[in-house]
Amino acid sequence: MRVNKKIKIELYYYMRLGRAIEERLESLYRQGRMPSAIYLGRGQEAITVGAAMALEDGDTMAPTHRDMIAMLPRGMDPKMIFAQHYGKVTSPTKGRGEATYLGDMSKGIFTTVSMLPDFYPVSAGAALSFKLQKMPNIALAFSGEGATSRGDFHEALNFASVLQLPAVFVVENNHFAYSTPVDKEMKVDQVSTRAIAYDMEGSTIDGNDILTVYESVKKAVDRARSGKGPTLIEAVTMRMKGHSGHDPMKYVPEELLEKWRKKDPIDNYQRRLQKEGTLTKEEIVRVSEEIEKTVEDAVAFAEESPFPREEDLVLDVYR
Amino acid sequence: MSTVKEKVNATNKEAQLKQSSYLEAISLALWEELERDEKVFLIGEDIGVYGGAFKVTEGFLDHFGEDRIIDAPLEETGFIGAAIGAALTGLRPVVEIQYADFISCGWDQIVNVAAKMHYRSFEPVPIVIRSPSGAGLRAGPFHSQSPEAWFSHVPGLKVVAPGTPYDAKGLLKSAIRDDNPVIFFEHKYLYRRLKEDLPNEDYTIPIGKADVKRFGEDISLITYGAMLQKSLEAADRLISEGISMEIIDLRTIYPLDIKTIIDSVKKTSKAMIVHEDIRTLGIGSEVAANIADAAFEYLDGPIKRVTAPDIPVPFSPILEDAFLPQTDDIVHAATELFNY
Repeated sequence: MRVNKKIKIELYYYMRLGRAIEERLESLYRQGRMPSAIYLGRGQEAITVGAAMALEDGDTMAPTHRDMIAMLPRGMDPKMIFAQHYGKVTSPTKGRGEATYLGDMSKGIFTTVSMLPDFYPVSAGAALSFKLQKMPNIALAFSGEGATSRGDFHEALNFASVLQLPAVFVVENNHFAYSTPVDKEMKVDQVSTRAIAYDMEGSTIDGNDILTVYESVKKAVDRARSGKGPTLIEAVTMRMKGHSGHDPMKYVPEELLEKWRKKDPIDNYQRRLQKEGTLTKEEIVRVSEEIEKTVEDAVAFAEESPFPREEDLVLDVYR
Repeated sequence: MSTVKEKVNATNKEAQLKQSSYLEAISLALWEELERDEKVFLIGEDIGVYGGAFKVTEGFLDHFGEDRIIDAPLEETGFIGAAIGAALTGLRPVVEIQYADFISCGWDQIVNVAAKMHYRSFEPVPIVIRSPSGAGLRAGPFHSQSPEAWFSHVPGLKVVAPGTPYDAKGLLKSAIRDDNPVIFFEHKYLYRRLKEDLPNEDYTIPIGKADVKRFGEDISLITYGAMLQKSLEAADRLISEGISMEIIDLRTIYPLDIKTIIDSVKKTSKAMIVHEDIRTLGIGSEVAANIADAAFEYLDGPIKRVTAPDIPVPFSPILEDAFLPQTDDIVHAATELFNY
């Protein structure tokens, strides 16, 4: 598959934007300016952005708490992300939900929950819905490797396989479920071998190479769209920050982090684009300036936005 | 036995009242809603080829096809979650849980995904989860439970438990047309034991509205589900004792129709609650608390509860009968309260 220049630049842009948003969230969190917890996906940008970019309008996407930046290519405004973390009424949840648990069904983004991978079955259901309504869409869901030990993972993959649904299941193997390393989570070396149990296509890919992620997910998406059924993709990466903002992750050996720092998905991709002449120094500067302004505007929007009104506390529990 | 389809045709032809069992009423509601709205589909274990463990959906697969009557693998979390996903993308799934006891296998999807969705995302989740509940069939601890109280403690869910064929049909239609997740407890003891005339025309019963099944002067008896019949039997017997019972059938457990309860208690000044769920934190606790709160000064006696004890539902007939509130227990409690 040849990825054209426009897509290559977009992949680059959204990874940069996502990282800038997360860096800003972290500094606001450390300054105590936001009430919300933070869940950072630093180091995993290639998976979230690459997979999200492989989707089309009308497809659904179910991020986990660590995949917030996957929403950017699907059209989520960074203003919404900051408003959400500030608990402001201008956020998609109007201050009812915290951190990265926001979504927008008009953009196909589910407002997911903390329990993982609860949106694997839900996404299988969206895929069923597309199939029943003879719509050309597919459903993509993210999970960490830790949550693949839960029953929801098994039931969703079994369901999607038995009914041959247009679904793509992406597992980000970032080596740790909170503090628990993979070898204490499962006996298999690769999560993708679990696909065998469902007679499903499964593969393990380099999760820090965004072109590999984009192309692999695109292939799975196309496969699902053409009625050939679901795919499980394990993208191997490393969680470069703690589980959440308060976690200094002292349980991760420094050598491991050092090894993965050299594999940074953005640095390596930028060098590659520069080397092949797709990206110039001037363009990098321009992208940096644009992102800085976008983030500044989004923070200002969140800070200036009103909080929800107490009198609206009990509204909207029901339709 | 004729299929539901034949029965529908028969009722259409005759254009008159047709006696239907509680089970047939539910079956008819499903059939008519599937005919009315192409977005409605059914999913559950053994509902297609087999027609459902209780035969509620017998004949449905042949008529509606496998895109609308879906036999799911044995995975409650999987197909409840999938139904939620389908509801969020434009369809109106009706899930059958084979026995209400198994609904706990899908608990997390119901309480964390479906129930909390609208409050945070303003997206409707039009899903109905039908769950045959209740004891009396010698079915033991895992095929007899009444789990309605669990779900009444979860904001975002509506909980319905009809006690008659007429109410079951009308409430199931309302549930299917509702944009919120509705847990629909159908009492399996009533399936083939209770029959009544149903109107031929389309009708619905509003969710959240109790029904005074019998007007009386001395005691307000609040009940639902299969206990409605035993409460009515008790009321018949109490007439000869000179005790006039007002029987309120809640029909919907959440949202609770507090106004109907309070209006009745203000009139009678005495209240008792009858349910077959266990006692502690059952619906009776909530009803009693509301009465104590809103009608305290009208009360002329303690608020009594007739319920099952706080134990699992036992199997052996002698134990199960002792577990379930019986007409005698209701008569006894009502007499005591009357004489208080």
